[in-house]
Parts: sequence; C-alpha cells; structure tokens
Amino acid sequence: MIHSLFLINSSGDIFLEKHWKSVVSRSVCDYFFEAQERATEAENVPPVIPTPHHYLLNVYRHKIFFVAVIQTEVPPLFVIEFLHRVVDTFQDYFGVCSEVVIKDNVVVVYEVLEEMLDNGFPLATESNILKELIKPPTILRTVVNTITGSTNVGDQLPTGQLSVVPWRRTGVKYTNNEAYFDVIEEIDAIIDKSGSTITAEIQGVIDACVKLTGMPDLTLSFMNPRLLDDVSFHPCVRFKRWESERILSFIPPDGNFRLLSYHVSAQNLVAIPVYVKQNISFRDSSSLGRFEITVGPKQTMGKTVEGVMVTSQMPKGVLNMSLTPSQGMHTFDPVTKLLSWDVGKINPQKLPNLKGTMSLQAGTSKPDENPTINLQFKIQQLAISGLKVNRLDMYGEKYKPFKGIKYMTKAGKFQVRT
Amino acid sequence: PVTCRHDDLKEMLDSNKDSLKLEAMKRIVAMIARGKNASDLFPAVVKNVACKNIEVKKLVYVYLVRYAEEQQDLALLSISTFQRGLKDPNQLIRASALRVLSSIRVPIIVPIMMLAIKEAASDMSPYVRKTAAHAIPKLYSLDSDQKDQLIEVIEKLLADKTTLVAGSVVMAFEEVCPERIDLIHKNYRKLCNLLIDVEEWGQVVIINMLTRYARTQFLSPNQNESLLEENPEKAFYGSDEEDSKDDKPDAASLVKRKPYVMDPDHRLLLRNTKPLLQSRNAAVVMAVAQLYFHLAPKAEVGVIAKALVRLLRSHRSVQWVVLQNVATMSIKRRGMFEPYLKSFYIRSTDPTQIKILKLEVLTNLANETNISTILREFQTYIRSMDKDFVAATIQAIGRCATNIGKVRDTCLNGLVQLLSNRDELVVAESVVVIKKLLQMQPSQHSEIIKHMAKLTDNIQVPMARASILWLIGEYCEHVPKIAPDVLRKMSKSFTGEEDIVKLQVINLAAKLYLTNSKQSKLLTQYVLNLAKYDQNYDIRDRARFIRQLIVPTEKSGALNKYAKKLFLAQKPAPILESSFKDRDHFQLGSLSHLLNAKAVGYQELPDWPDEAPDPSVRNVEVPWLPTLRFSLSLSFPDPESVSESESESSSSSSESGSDSGSRGEESGDQSEEEEEEKKKKKKGKEGPRKVCPESAGRYHRHWRGEGAGSATSWELRNTSRDMGGLHDSFTSPALERRDQLITSQPQHVPTAFLPPSAQMLSPVFSTMKTYELLHRMAGEGLSVEYYFNRQPFPPDPHMVAVQIQFSNNTESEVKNLRVSEPKLVSGMRIQEFQEIGKSMVGIDTCPQLPGVNWAGSFSLWHVSSSTHSRQFYVSIQPPVGELMAPVFMSENEFKKEQTPHYKHCTVGTGTWT
Repeated sequence: MIHSLFLINSSGDIFLEKHWKSVVSRSVCDYFFEAQERATEAENVPPVIPTPHHYLLNVYRHKIFFVAVIQTEVPPLFVIEFLHRVVDTFQDYFGVCSEVVIKDNVVVVYEVLEEMLDNGFPLATESNILKELIKPPTILRTVVNTITGSTNVGDQLPTGQLSVVPWRRTGVKYTNNEAYFDVIEEIDAIIDKSGSTITAEIQGVIDACVKLTGMPDLTLSFMNPRLLDDVSFHPCVRFKRWESERILSFIPPDGNFRLLSYHVSAQNLVAIPVYVKQNISFRDSSSLGRFEITVGPKQTMGKTVEGVMVTSQMPKGVLNMSLTPSQGMHTFDPVTKLLSWDVGKINPQKLPNLKGTMSLQAGTSKPDENPTINLQFKIQQLAISGLKVNRLDMYGEKYKPFKGIKYMTKAGKFQVRT
Repeated sequence: PVTCRHDDLKEMLDSNKDSLKLEAMKRIVAMIARGKNASDLFPAVVKNVACKNIEVKKLVYVYLVRYAEEQQDLALLSISTFQRGLKDPNQLIRASALRVLSSIRVPIIVPIMMLAIKEAASDMSPYVRKTAAHAIPKLYSLDSDQKDQLIEVIEKLLADKTTLVAGSVVMAFEEVCPERIDLIHKNYRKLCNLLIDVEEWGQVVIINMLTRYARTQFLSPNQNESLLEENPEKAFYGSDEEDSKDDKPDAASLVKRKPYVMDPDHRLLLRNTKPLLQSRNAAVVMAVAQLYFHLAPKAEVGVIAKALVRLLRSHRSVQWVVLQNVATMSIKRRGMFEPYLKSFYIRSTDPTQIKILKLEVLTNLANETNISTILREFQTYIRSMDKDFVAATIQAIGRCATNIGKVRDTCLNGLVQLLSNRDELVVAESVVVIKKLLQMQPSQHSEIIKHMAKLTDNIQVPMARASILWLIGEYCEHVPKIAPDVLRKMSKSFTGEEDIVKLQVINLAAKLYLTNSKQSKLLTQYVLNLAKYDQNYDIRDRARFIRQLIVPTEKSGALNKYAKKLFLAQKPAPILESSFKDRDHFQLGSLSHLLNAKAVGYQELPDWPDEAPDPSVRNVEVPWLPTLRFSLSLSFPDPESVSESESESSSSSSESGSDSGSRGEESGDQSEEEEEEKKKKKKGKEGPRKVCPESAGRYHRHWRGEGAGSATSWELRNTSRDMGGLHDSFTSPALERRDQLITSQPQHVPTAFLPPSAQMLSPVFSTMKTYELLHRMAGEGLSVEYYFNRQPFPPDPHMVAVQIQFSNNTESEVKNLRVSEPKLVSGMRIQEFQEIGKSMVGIDTCPQLPGVNWAGSFSLWHVSSSTHSRQFYVSIQPPVGELMAPVFMSENEFKKEQTPHYKHCTVGTGTWT
C-alpha cells in the first residue's frame, strides 16, 4: 500500500525519507514540486498527484508536506487519514510537530514509523501501543539512557496489541486518579450583510484527559443527548449502548484522546453570540474609502465574550488604512492586504469599534468585491448548544477518581459577508 | 572526510560496549533517514544482528531491510539469526523475526520465507499469525511463482477467527488473489460479524472487498424498482385492452422475475457496516458510504449523507477527497444531499480547489425549488476576489440555466450584466457561457448578440473574442448590419490576433460570404489571403480548405454546392454537464474514481448478476461448542453490559428468524411486513447453523468490553469450579465486580443463614437488577424484563426462579401472552407457566415465575415469547452470580469457607453460595 514517505519543508528540502518496500528514488518528488509551483499556495496543492509510475498523496500540516508514495490502487482517504495519524502521533510524542523536533528525534521518529506500517499496511497506530513499543523521549529518560545504556524500546509485545482493548495499555498506575473532560463547541456560520444568518451549525468535541489506574470502565451520560444530531466515536465507545440508551460507555485509553465529535445541525436554531455592524464604502471618484466596524454581544447567555479577533482580507486596490480602534490592537499588512484587529473582551457597555479611512489606488475604479470579515471568539463555561453532561460513573476499579468537566464555545469558521 | 567518519562508526560497531554500538546505529539510521548512503557499513552492521541490546538489534533490522537488496550475499549471514528467532518462546521475537526475514528482498531465501510463513500461519499467537498475513504479499512481490502455495496459506488464515488477523489476511487476499472470490464464501458471515471489532485499517480493506463480493453474489436491490420505473403507466393500467399486446411480454417478465427478496446475507452486510458510519476514521466512513451507495436499496442510501457531510469538517485533504465522491453521488442521488445544501456553501477562506468542488456539488443539487436560493448564493460568489472561483461560478450559473428552464432567462440576464464587469476574466467567462446558452434559443436574443458584438472592441481574452466571433457568424442573419462591420474590424487586426481568434475570423468570413457575399466578398478574400501566409499551419490549412469550398472555381468539385449547408447547418446546443457524470462506474472512494482513470491494480466493480448464485455456499458447518457458550456467559464485566447483550441477542436472533418459523405461520395477521418476516424466517431455515456466526459476533463484543481481565477470570473460575461445582465462585473477579456494585448501595443487608426449605424466608433484595428481554420498540409496545429474585423456587429446589415482567406500553390490548416452545440446551429444564392475562391495557405488569434448571452449565435459554399475533424470539442468559442454590451451613462452616476468600467477597453474597 504505502510505499514510501517523504517529509518536505516549506523551502522544498526533503528532510526525512522512509521506505517500507523497496527504495523509491527521491527524484519522484520532482512531480510534487512541479504541482506545488503550479498551485502557488500550499493549501491549493492537489492532495493526489499522479505521476507516470507512482501516485503521490500528500497532506500539509505544521508547515510540512507529508508525501506518501503509492504504486497501486488504494483508497486515497486510507492514505490521507494515515498521514494525519502520523502527524497526530508525532504531536503526541513530542508535544509539537515541527521540522526541528523531527530532526532532533530522528531515530525515535524512524522507529515509530517502522512500527506504524509493515510492508505499507498499518500495523500499530494507537499511540497507547506505540508508546509501549517505543517510549517517547523525556529529559529524565534521555539522561538515564545515556548513563546506563538502556533503551527506549520495549521488549515485550504490548498487551494492548493482543487484547480486546487495543487502545489501552495495561499496568497503568497513578497516585492521583483523575479524569477531565472538555466539551468544546465551535460555531460555523455565514452571516449576510444585513446581519441575518445564512447558515449556522455547531460542531462539538469532547476531549478527554484520563489518568486512571488499572482498567476503569466509565459511563458518561448527558442531560439532553437528543441534541446530538450526528456523532462519531473513539473506537473505545460501545456503540450498542449509545444506540439503545444514549449513554457513552467505554474503557478509556490512557492519556489524552478525543472521545467524541458531534454535530448539532442547522435545523436547530443556533444561537449567534456576537454581531458585527460594518460600514465599508469605496467611492468611485475619490481615492479614499470609509471603513467602520463595531462588534457587539448578541445571545451570550450572560457570559463574557473574550479572545475576540477580527480579520479581513481587503481588496487589492486598498493601499493603506488609517484606523483607530476603541480598544485592542490592529494591524494592516499593505503587501498581503490582511487587516487584523485583536479586540480582546467585549464590554457590552462600551462596544469595541474600529473606524477610519482607506487609501485606494488612485486612478483605478472602485473594487467590485467587498471583503468578508472573519471572526474569532471564545466563551468560557458555556456550551452554546445547551449540551450538559449529567454524570460520570466509574466501574471496575475501587478508588474514587477526581472528575472534572469544562465547557467552552469558540468561533469555528465564522464569517460575516459585507 | 566521509570515509573517515565511517571508519569511526565501524570502530564503534566493533566495540564491546552496547552504548557505543547504539550510538553508532543511531547515527547510521539518522543518515538513512536523511537519504544519505550508508551501504558501505553493511559488513560492520550485520555482525550485530544477534546483539543482546534490543534497541541495537531493532536498528540493525532497520538497516538490514534497507540495504539487504543491495548486498545480498552479506545479508545471507543474518538469516540464521532470524530462523532461530522464529522458534523463540516470546511471541514478539517470533513476530519480529518473521517480519524482518520477509522484508529482506533476497530471492535466494524464498523457500525459507515460504516455510516460515507456513509455520507462522499456524502459530498459537494471533499476533504472529497477523505477521504471517503481512508477509504473504511481501513474498508474492518477490516471487510471484509462489502464488499457489500462498493462496493455500491465505485460505487457512481467512478461516482464522480472531479480529487481529482478519484485516491483514484480507489485505493479503486483495494483493495476491483478488479474483479468488470463492475463498470468501465460507468466511463471509464471519467477516461481517467480526467487522466491528477489527482495527480501523482492516475495516476499510474488508469493506471494500465485501462490496465487490456482494456485487457478484447478490441481486440488485433496486431491480424491481427500475422495472417499475421503466413503465409505470403500463403497470398501472395493465388491464387495458389496448395495451394488452404490448403488456404481455412485460407482464410475463414480471412474473418470471420472482419478487425481490433480499438475501439475508446481503442484509447482514448492510446491517453490520452501518454502525461504522460513526467511526472517527474518515477512510472507514468513506468505505461504508461507498458500500451503501453500491449495494443498498435506494431508500436506504440516504443514511450516508449525514456522515459524509460530517467529514467536510475535517482537514482540507479529507474534504477534497470526500467532496469529489459527493459530487459523483449527488448526480445519481440528488435527494440524498438536498437537506444538507447549506453545508456546501462556500466561505471566502476555503482554498480554491475546495471552493470549486463545493460549487460542483451545489450545481448538482440545484432544482426548481432551491434554484433561487442557490442563485442568490452564487451572486455573492461572483464578487469574490478569487478569480478562478468566479470563473467557475459563472460556468455553474450556465449549467443551472441549461438544466432548469425556469431560470434560463434570469441567468442569461445576470450574465449579460456581468459583461459590463470591470474584470476582463469575468467578462470573458460570461461570454463563453452566454454563447452556449444562446445556442439554445438564438432568435429571441439578437439584442444580446448585438451587445456582444460591441464588446469585440474592448475585450482581449482570446477565448471570449473567439466566442463572440463564432456567435456573430452563426447568427449573422439576426444581426445583418453589424456582422460585416465586425469582419471589417477584425480583418484589420487579424495579424495580431491569437490563433483561436484567427480561426474564428476565417469562420465568420466564410459564413458572411455565403449569406451576404455582396458586402463581404472582398473582405473575405483579404482575410483568406492573410491566412494563407500565416505562421500557423492550422490556419493556413483552414484558409486553403475554406477557399476551395466557398469560392466557386472551375476546379472546385461538387462540394461547393453544399457549402451553405455545411457551414450553416443547425448545430445542436452543447450540453453542459458535470465532469463527474458517470464517474460512478469506478468504485467510489477509490483512487481510480478520484483520477477518473484506471489506476494500476484497480479491481473492476462487477455488475449485479441476473440470477443469484447459490446462497448455500456461505453456509458454514460449525460444531456446537458448549465451551464457547460457557466462556460467553462468563465474560460479562458487569450487569450493564449484560443487558446490552440481551437486547442485542434478542434483536439479532429475531431478525435472522432462527427456527421459530412454525409459530409465525399460524398468525392471522396478513400485514405485508409480517409476510416478509415470514419469508425471512423460511429463508433462515438453516437453523442453528445460522445462529452461530452471530453469537460469535456477540462473543467478541463482550470480550472487548471485558478487557484483559477476562483471561484471568477464566482461569480462576475453572479452579474454583472444583470446589463449589456449579454454584461456586467466591473468587471470580467477575462476581467480585458485581459485589462491589451491590454493596455500594447501603440498603443491601447481609442476610442470615438459610435452611434448605427456604419457603419461609424471603430476603428482600431491594437492589434487584432487571434485565431487558424485549425492548418496547422491538416488541411493538410490549416490553419484557426479567430478574433473578434470588429466592429458592419452591416446586423444585434444583431450579432457579426467574421473574418475568411484562408491560404493555400501547393503548390497545395485548392478549394471550404465552411463552411457547422454549428451546433448551440439553440438560436444561423449565417449569412451564400458564398463559397469562387475556387482556392487558396500559401499563400493567404481571410477574411470572418460571423455574429453570440450568443443569450445571451456563447456557443460553431460548424462549419464544409469543402474543396473539406476533411472536418474539428472545433469549435469557444467566449472568454470573445469579445461579444460586440454597446451601445449609453452620456459622463455623461459613466462616471457614469465608476466610481464604475474605478479601474477595462480601458477606451478603457469601451466604448464597
């Protein structure tokens, strides 16, 4: 299936290669570079590039292209999903996934890649198993290893690999047993010029950090599970139980994992927590345009909207902008024409406002297009869909774990058209 | 300096210290990772293949696999180490030895590899067997002559019952012998049932393979529908005398074709894959989606839309692939995605390639009802800064206009307005699209043509200029005054034009010459002369050809007469259609579909057969394994999962019908649904054989829930059996777990000792756990629960009382509730109870107390619970700890029994052992 993998940085250097079958010359990447050149922007490089003898499938994350080489028919998503899993694993192992980190840990990276695929077919992709096979580097272990000559490689088959809960390693021990769950919801919305919602939906996830001794069996129930329109689970969740009782029952992996992602559809009315009032006008004859935006809270359920950030891609004709914000900082990059305004908290008594003029290219007529405004914000302690966790119970172990749950609402792809 | 450094590494590898060796190997692997050549170190590295340090060894393996092909002779030195490794007691070492051995691409060791694979395929450890499955395609790619022998190994491994092996062996099957579909028959049901517990990557491979399999073995679920669709009228008015002649063959063919009944195995596949739409893995979701698209009845395909739309939230590359598949699907099954129209709305931050794909989907979804919303949305897109996207939007508008007659004029007007857009690309694209639209009804739009003629002065984009010229030439009769003038202007600028424009100028000249030779004769001559000496031979050719055709000379042949017909023939309007049309002849989700070209190794998706092949090939003889059952009832982790398994087993067995068909036939109600149910039951006459694979599926479900702990519970249990016979288990961890649950609730009071005649005593367990036997949804309003009341059963001390509680959740009456023909495993007995309650309305509960003797082993107890007109097939499984018999013992005896196990149990259940 997957023949080889090349990691390419943004300046076009191949800084790591790994082959699971016979070696494919790195010159195959020339086809990739060609496609990259054609696409101008990284995100427009086609994920699948056919070449005379191979197919190159790539994902672009953390400013690195992960390019997989395949030779025969294989579901493209299979490869793409795997590449994303590789990135997630690196992130899990090293905290961040970057060129520097990968180069610094090249041997561990190589060993991990070796375990993840056998002859190009995925072998161990659960990070719990991988971590038993190859221990992630820690400062302490590095020091100990250099002194004692002991290794990062486990000599026993990870029990998870054989057990029926392959996602959980065995022999987990903690002195403080704790389980934290973060319910994070993102609002995707398109708001039109007049402020009415064109489309809005909520995408939620429950991210867990579970550090529990032994083999705990958890159940998590909601006050209002009917809200969840479409869900996808971590493999540990017992599907039947959800189907019949709408309860999440699972033996969790150890550490951080995404328990569940869900979707609250556009059919349910989605509360929009902020509004944007804008007045952007280009006049035909003059070389000045007016620009004013105000951000205000709408349906926030009494919570504060914070971390507000406004960005907007201005038309090419805009040479510069001279604006005054009532709060926060703003920047305008005359090269990329990107306006960004870091607003911070919204104070309902004194709405944040950004006002001023734009200088336009003289002699040309006014731009046809209007910029769209992208919004970011955060609301702590609120799940905008109204989803509430009812209770979390643990079976199978005797100790009393510490349990915690946190809610947060964020803007996803939140756009205001002007 | 390079050789110097390598010498240094060699020295380190030759040293006695593992830490030095490790350091050297790490540096070598880092070289390999960077793509540097380290092959000259081969002799020094290979010496360390038997190194004790496990990390050194692993890195040596990495090196070996990388360079063995280049240094075949030296690589052979390492083989004996792996052969030794294959015999190691540690399964990890056996597996890794096989893994490395099979990865060394040295043809001379093929026989050794073959032998190793064969041996590993019967290894005790499923992990080693999995490794063997992985090794099969490696050997095959090294030496395809081994195919026949490898197929034997594949056949053997396909029969493996563990989830660990399933995905890998199907992968091997797909690479070595995808054409040997016959190998799948016997394993089909098992694969369907194991599927949910196989790891994600294996699921993808298995689902794709089963899609192909199903296409060869089952009938199209939509064949009747398509037959009806072809002539809905006739089917309706079939009795009309007029039509009777035409009808006869059709009617005959309708009769000949038996009414379609889905093969239960086909249903099994659809049912077992559906939950995987909830997978977190996009590849799994896509695999299920394509399976439903290719195999499910039309009415059921809709379920995949929601899951696919969910994937649109994922990474850009996932979106890109999913959107292409949605584009293909939305042409065939538009209705499926219509509710999600807004999910395809485009944001200014989407990358261009995503925007264009979303646009494609939106266009496919457009119909009379939603077109106004879509066009409004398109209007915003036209103002985007991304010009490629604007061009694509204009084309999309054109497609909407051709497909939906109602909005054609609106679209055309909108496009004409765009002609005054400041951006030349927008104008050019509009011209091209307008040209296509005008071809549909030119006579009404001479105004637009005139307007466009004026544009030739300004517009510079060659394609747009060419389009305008073609339009004027084609419809020169509608613009008789302007056309010659345009030609005049164009002849002036001819030499400076692009090639496609030049060709259209020649075209225009020719057409005008034929219709209006008086005004244009000289101009045409002039243009043709210019073209005669053009640099481009295409243009020179065209000019020569046209001159011969239109200008009559002595030499010109018969064609001259027909010149007008040739040039001014009615031309069919172009059909604007999606580039994704008919792409579904490739299996969706495949690379070939994405590229719209057959990729190497693509397996064609076969057409449905006309006649279903023999379904009995999938029947499997499974010996009745009491041990399997035994462990099945053992492995409940806690009461919760028991109730899960109850509902599961009751639903699955009721659907597969089992052998309770006899009762079903008596039922009076003739509703269609029931008819079908009965048919299913008849089909399912294979009886217990059929149940087996399903229970195997359940079995795995439980093991999954139980975790690694189950294995130990097994052993403990077996030892404790000697002590207490059936009513044992002080020590069972499973029981222990139950106890925790019970004791965690304070009401539970330890009870006193019981004399054998327990009638007088009835300890109250307020924490009685009830299990669901029949869910009210499955039971059409009737729900049944049962619990073990832990009281002795007075009529027979060897029996255990089960309290069954019926409740009616419907408005109507439920009559004649009775339990019919319980199917018991040999040795089991049941004390029958009478028919109960002639009528039950509302919430009414009638506790029943049958006694059951479980005769020394835990088993399933099958009961058909039948009501007046419906029959439900359910089964009761006694959970661990519920099979109890009263035992008399003195206080001292009790304490003696208790002490060794004290830490494991609580007093409360202790009395009951």
